Amino acid sequence: MVALKSLFYKDVALAYRQRAELMQPLMFFVLVITLFPLAIGPSPETLQRIGGGVIWVAAILSLLLGMERMFRDDFADGSLEQYMLSPTPLYMIVVVKVLTHWLMHIVPLFLISPLLALFLNLTFDMYVALMLTLLLGTPLISFVGAIGVALTVGLHRGGVLLALLLIPIFIPLLIFATSAIESASMLLPYYPQLAIIAALLLFSVALSPMAIAYSLKVSQN
Amino acid sequence: MWKWINSFAKPEKAYWLCDVLQNWFAAVAITGLIIGIVWGLGYAPSDYQQGDSFRIIYIHVPSAILAMGAYVAMAIAALVGIVWQWRTAFMFMIAIAPVGAVMTFISLFTGSFWGKPMWGTWWIWDARLTSQLILLFLYLGVISLYSAFEDKQQAGKAAGVMAMVGVINIPIIHYSVEWWNTLHQGATITKIGKPSIAPEMLWPLLICILGFAAFIGWVTIIRMKNEIIMRDLHRPWVAKRFGGFEGSANLEGKQ
Amino acid sequence: MRVLLAQQVACEKSDRQLFSDINIELHSSQLLYVTGENGAGKTSLLRILVGLSSPSNGAVEVNGYDIHKNIHDGSEHLLYFGHKQGISQLLTATENLKFWCQQHGVDTNDDAIHQILAELGLTGLEDIAIKNLSAGQQRRVSLAKLWLKTDATLWVLDEPFTALDVQLIAELEAKMTLFLKTGGAIIMTSHQQLNIDYPLSRLHLEYSW
Repeated sequence: MVALKSLFYKDVALAYRQRAELMQPLMFFVLVITLFPLAIGPSPETLQRIGGGVIWVAAILSLLLGMERMFRDDFADGSLEQYMLSPTPLYMIVVVKVLTHWLMHIVPLFLISPLLALFLNLTFDMYVALMLTLLLGTPLISFVGAIGVALTVGLHRGGVLLALLLIPIFIPLLIFATSAIESASMLLPYYPQLAIIAALLLFSVALSPMAIAYSLKVSQN
Repeated sequence: MWKWINSFAKPEKAYWLCDVLQNWFAAVAITGLIIGIVWGLGYAPSDYQQGDSFRIIYIHVPSAILAMGAYVAMAIAALVGIVWQWRTAFMFMIAIAPVGAVMTFISLFTGSFWGKPMWGTWWIWDARLTSQLILLFLYLGVISLYSAFEDKQQAGKAAGVMAMVGVINIPIIHYSVEWWNTLHQGATITKIGKPSIAPEMLWPLLICILGFAAFIGWVTIIRMKNEIIMRDLHRPWVAKRFGGFEGSANLEGKQ
Repeated sequence: MRVLLAQQVACEKSDRQLFSDINIELHSSQLLYVTGENGAGKTSLLRILVGLSSPSNGAVEVNGYDIHKNIHDGSEHLLYFGHKQGISQLLTATENLKFWCQQHGVDTNDDAIHQILAELGLTGLEDIAIKNLSAGQQRRVSLAKLWLKTDATLWVLDEPFTALDVQLIAELEAKMTLFLKTGGAIIMTSHQQLNIDYPLSRLHLEYSW
């Protein structure tokens, strides 16, 4: 327990010292969303129709960009080896790392999304649906994405490969999340979509720590 | 009781098995494909709704089903490789991966051909085609990840994890895409009904499926033999069998 | 007390056999010196012995545990120094060592850490980010773990003298001798001449590609 708390503090300290780097995926998020009105035209009705989808696609891409950080530095400087040789099981260490990473990346995203909802002319109900789907869906992205990150951490140009591997896996999440936002735009209930996302989240939280730990060992070779 | 199976973890034994099976798969593939395709494209009765253009299903349906099947086989091989540490399992996995990917591409291509007379367009985002497209990306992901590693045993484990993540996701993707499709059904999409298929149409289809499956097996076996030789190039059994080459240790003359 | 037992360990990298049929039995107060050319597999062997890499054949037991099945229990009294330092560049020396101790169950406080850093010649440098230190200084921060983890029974050191000056090498050799005399066991590789007044066994790996 002490070890896990210490790991949390360590990762938060490291994230704080790299806060400039943390800003980059966030800027990317905003920029990508800004591109859409510019590309498609600023008509409020069109923007509202595509808004939920655009924000979700941008969120997935931006989180993928920021995900590499999860294990990269620990792998490079040997801290990962030391974690593997410590008394705490690797899968617990992995859970703490993924959750910490999620918090560091998702909180800024949450804080900035009201602004983006404004850019894309989302209604309040759509905005609530967006927040709920992001809340449930982004940990899913972090946990499943961490498997890909762990597999590619030792590779030199792992970034684009990571996206190629993970984007197909995130498609169901994208479908359900955007469908929830669309239902919200028509003032229909969207509990089923949220329930499915929650189920996917629980499923991945249960299975992915083992997969991530194994993948890290494979990368260590 | 199952001890004999473990012998196939050795590349030499697996190579022997490939040799034995190769010609059988070839025979079934060739006969199945010739009979099935000729029967289906030439002799099966026309569909009363779609006329003759439906005949493409004799290629589209087998390739679509087997593309999915090949992925499952790949994932099972990955599981065997990761849990039981069989080197040959990873060799099978990477042997079948491109074959499955090509099958997926064939299903997309023929699906597109089927679509043109039916929907008037070369591509449509219906549930099946979209699922197949995503399946193709999953295949390409596994293949790209494998080729990114230099140590092929490590590559096998990494690509194996990805194959298993993919196989767990396939049903999820399939149902979510189907559901998505019902949400966004445009007015122009004709309902591709599922009437019960007449036996005169069913038999050539089944034979085609068998032929395609045997064909996949045949090509995979050939690829697997190549993979085994490539990976074991420096082992004595390869030199002994193929008469040696530049740089290998003691050879005993050509076979 | 037997600290490590390796039986018929073999290693394959990129489909080539690096070494095979390695057998090692190491007891308390024993020093094993692994030698061999670059590329012969010394680092791979050490990584297999601590459980970070998987052997293609054979088993390794550390302090009674199969290290590949149970690395977390087996490494409880193990200290490993590889090519990577095991410290984070953006943290200070004190923070690095404090976090490391917390993760490895070592009871310590800031004063003890500062004292050890002083012994290693790093007074005044305890609270700046590691990346601002020289390679040798970073190495010393990493080596502080040897002084901190006092309940270790086995040290596995992969070229520990890299980037160290003559004085610190002597200090490290003295520390190693003390460790051996009080019951510790060491497995190490080095390119430098080892000046330890202590009996050692050698394992020489041949480059066989």
